[in-house]
Amino acid sequence: MATTTMTMAKALNEGLRRAMERNKKVLLMGEDIGKLGGVFRITDGLQKDFGEDRVIDAPLAESAIVGTAVGLAIRGYRTIVEIQFDGFVYPAFDQIVSQVAKLHKRSDGVYNMGLVIRLPFQGGIGAIEHHSESPESYFAQTAGLRVVSCSTPNDAYWMIQQSIEHDDPIIFCEPMSRYWEKGQVDLDQPPSGLFDAVVRREGTDVTVVGYGASLKTILRAAEAAQGEGVSVEVIDARSLAPLDIDVLVTSVEKTGRLIAVQESPHTASVGSEIVAEVSQRAFYSMRAPGLRVSGYHVPYPPTRLEDDYRPTVDRILDAVDRVMEF
Amino acid sequence: MIDEELVQLLTPEGERVAQPDYESTLDGDQIFSMYRDMVIIRRICNEGTSLQRQGQLALWAPIQGQEAAQIGAGRAMGPMDFSFPTYREHGIAWCRGIPPVDWFRLFRAVSNGGWDPQKYRHSVPTVVLGNQALNAVGYAMGVQRDGAEEAVMAFFGDGASSQGDVLESFVWAATFNAPVVFFLQNNQWAISEPSSLQAKIPLYHRAEGFGFPGVRVDGNDVLAVYEVTKRALEHARVGGGPTLIEAFTYRMGAHTTSDDPTRYRVDAEVEVWKHRDPVERVKSLLVHEYKVKKTALSAVTAEADAMALKLREDVLAMGRPDPITMFDHAYAAPHPLIEEGRREMIDMGISGGSH
Repeated sequence: MATTTMTMAKALNEGLRRAMERNKKVLLMGEDIGKLGGVFRITDGLQKDFGEDRVIDAPLAESAIVGTAVGLAIRGYRTIVEIQFDGFVYPAFDQIVSQVAKLHKRSDGVYNMGLVIRLPFQGGIGAIEHHSESPESYFAQTAGLRVVSCSTPNDAYWMIQQSIEHDDPIIFCEPMSRYWEKGQVDLDQPPSGLFDAVVRREGTDVTVVGYGASLKTILRAAEAAQGEGVSVEVIDARSLAPLDIDVLVTSVEKTGRLIAVQESPHTASVGSEIVAEVSQRAFYSMRAPGLRVSGYHVPYPPTRLEDDYRPTVDRILDAVDRVMEF
Repeated sequence: MIDEELVQLLTPEGERVAQPDYESTLDGDQIFSMYRDMVIIRRICNEGTSLQRQGQLALWAPIQGQEAAQIGAGRAMGPMDFSFPTYREHGIAWCRGIPPVDWFRLFRAVSNGGWDPQKYRHSVPTVVLGNQALNAVGYAMGVQRDGAEEAVMAFFGDGASSQGDVLESFVWAATFNAPVVFFLQNNQWAISEPSSLQAKIPLYHRAEGFGFPGVRVDGNDVLAVYEVTKRALEHARVGGGPTLIEAFTYRMGAHTTSDDPTRYRVDAEVEVWKHRDPVERVKSLLVHEYKVKKTALSAVTAEADAMALKLREDVLAMGRPDPITMFDHAYAAPHPLIEEGRREMIDMGISGGSH
């Protein structure tokens, strides 16, 4: 088994490279992704190796980046679009919701809308405003789209390739704060299907589910809880829409307690959906109400304050205490 | 109102005009055939209005007044060219060979599309103004990468010309030298808003600022529209890049059947444009220059009537789809919520679930 250690940024870069080698119809498009390799260097070296026709430096217009990717899809190309930062995706919102999500349906299945919108998201990088948001719930709510998120280099490497091969449009959420963290990548075998939730740590008392950057925080909280005698099962949701609900239900049927963690505010969020769905299906197994640990219902704060906005180990442990004491 | 830069080959009276840059390449048979297209389109559109008034359609968007713009543009397209329409491009759909009944699926509210866009090389209707201009440029970028000698048509109106997507599509088409022709039908009205609200300069002038040619053509002159569009498409196919064509025309009827134009425009204006009727001027040319007999003209009218009657029957026969079809093609790959919805609908007895 060929495994190697690399950062999530490098894993994404290698995953994109594999996909481009495999299929000549795969294109990359985004702002500064050519010579610069993207502001996070995810596409580093790809334009040099695959040319300007396949790695396209886009004029600065997000609606056009997505809108032209739609036209390219109709023509039979698979475009992986890079949105530079989470907070810059909104100019493209119209194209994503009105065309990307609906054209397969509107064309009675004739148009293949296989394209990937890469979205660096979540906070923790000390940036200025509009660079730390969690817009995943907007897309999770939209029929026609699928939303996934990676939390490890291995998942990043495989999930980006699986997303490109998939025939539905995918919003691919990348936790910026984890881009430079290293992990083992298995170059031969994908860890699981693209839409599978994965148990990252087994436990018996509380199920804590999250995605993206939250996973690391949750795992730390689980370790701390262990010291206090509470066994936490940690699930990486990976697919935010659709949810892999069976894995969550199986876990909660065992633990009887559920906490969903996310950086976005919790109203009408992915975490809300997790709690609602699991409560509906595992109601008689539950010993406490499902809780959400989220960002507060405020615009993302100036980042000097972001550590008090994003879910922390302490806030997760507080929620663990509450469900244990219920 | 009509400026001197307007490309016109036929006056409203049906007399030929000499132009320095364009001349008509059409023979009498071709012009007659375009006349036939325009008469049929007008007749079918009128049938659409009647059907809506009789409660058989949710809505209808008539094109009366714009027949020359659409037939001229549609007939100029090559078989391998691809077009991206709004919801009002019935004349283009006709030229692409799409059966009229298929244009009515959207307005009968039984489909959000209506035809196979790859088969006819004519995309499904776009209702959100301007989105399709970007989709067209993207498609054209694909044509470039395929090394194909094909062109792409993006249709929109004077209202949509204010949309960011349309202006972004101009930037992209220019930057990437995309083989696309922007066909702007300036029918003077975006529902109740006059085109003067969208632009303080002639709309075709905008192209220059983006770095590609713009041309204003008499949109009620099918000969001129055909030649201008044909040249722009040829230019695009051989790597010449984009062109903006402003077809200067007039929406004789309402925006849609839900609209009441008497609230915002005066009869005198409509009267002026009646004298510029696109169908009448070709008819006049055919009668005077080509000596087309009245019997030939009335045969076209009769043919159009028969088609409208057939269309009416087809529309009335279009029943409510099985509700479970709403789940078809929502996604390409299996999806748990789609399966869940299907199951619920079958369990509730709403559908037999044959799909």
